[in-house]
Amino acid sequence: MARMRRSMMFVPGNNPGMLINAGIYGADTIIFCVEDAVSVYEKDAARQLVANAIRNIKYPCEVAVRINHISTPYGRDDLAVILPAKPDMIRLPKAETAADILDVDEIITAAEKKCGFEAGSIKMMAAIETCKGIMNAYEIASASPRMEALAIGGEDYLADLRTSRTTHGDEFLAARSQIVVAARAAGIQAIDTVYSDINNEEGFRNEITRIKELGFDGKSVINPRQIKIVHDVFAPTQKEIDHAERVLKAYEEALAKGSGVISLNGKMIDGPIVARAERALAYADALGMRKGAK
Amino acid sequence: MVKITKPAQAGTVESNDIMVTVAPAESGSGIVVELTSPVIKKYGKQICAVIEKTAKDCGIQDALVNANDKGALDCTIEARVKTAIARACAGEAK
Repeated sequence: MARMRRSMMFVPGNNPGMLINAGIYGADTIIFCVEDAVSVYEKDAARQLVANAIRNIKYPCEVAVRINHISTPYGRDDLAVILPAKPDMIRLPKAETAADILDVDEIITAAEKKCGFEAGSIKMMAAIETCKGIMNAYEIASASPRMEALAIGGEDYLADLRTSRTTHGDEFLAARSQIVVAARAAGIQAIDTVYSDINNEEGFRNEITRIKELGFDGKSVINPRQIKIVHDVFAPTQKEIDHAERVLKAYEEALAKGSGVISLNGKMIDGPIVARAERALAYADALGMRKGAK
Repeated sequence: MVKITKPAQAGTVESNDIMVTVAPAESGSGIVVELTSPVIKKYGKQICAVIEKTAKDCGIQDALVNANDKGALDCTIEARVKTAIARACAGEAK
């Protein structure tokens, strides 16, 4: 199955202590931020620090870097310093058009060639943070084969939409729906925005449940305490695993018998249900949740 | 060769960091490091060596470097020295 990105944790790029320890919390991806988490006076320092951390520290997870947008005075310098250190992924914020992705892709391609890295080995993801970006979501998602995921940058998007956060989250409905559909159509992952009230565990858990139901693959997190909660919600339950196993068993038995119609407990099983069961078991296997599984 | 034209600083005095100040020095004086560190007895030589090597790799021959270490790793020391030198040379050092 595709690489799991249930939790993508932001780490401020100009804090050596946080950079050094970022890998110990169990996030699927850590995102070193040299954008909003770093003041304009410290951009130069943060990109050097992040590049050196990537070169010298062996992280047990995927390492991404959130650069400044390519149209700012900092974006190209970020890439010039950070790409030679070979991060796994570059996250472009405030993506609005396919051209934004292609501009970064071109710079990465040149850096891979110059540094002798395998072509295409540095991946990309984009955060959409404006209504214009939402309208162009599919074009952004499918602009480059480097693209692995599409995310929402929540606060900027809500400002652009001229609304604000609520506890029920309806203000994100249009954007989340569009992001998931665009990402799936492009064959990449969808990652939800951060939940900034880190002391509200119940609200956080409810939001993860909602975005999982919408089809998201993971969530951006801003505090290590949020990681386990995300992983708990995204993990299949034992009941779901048992059901998936029964579905596949019934499917295999029907195939062996040459039966065209398959049912389990009186309910018809067809292609999408089998595919869903296979996905659930692949997820469970990846998490080591099935005894005796490969 | 890159010449430091003005004093400049990078880093903080937070834990795991190092505050590095570089300043111009007379030609021929070499790279002079003044270090403060809680681990100076055990790692002082190593920290000074990293500072000196990084400065030389940036093309610096003469500089006065003041370093206030708070337990930084070598990769952090190197990054802070590079940044301080780049600032001191108005962006000449990479």
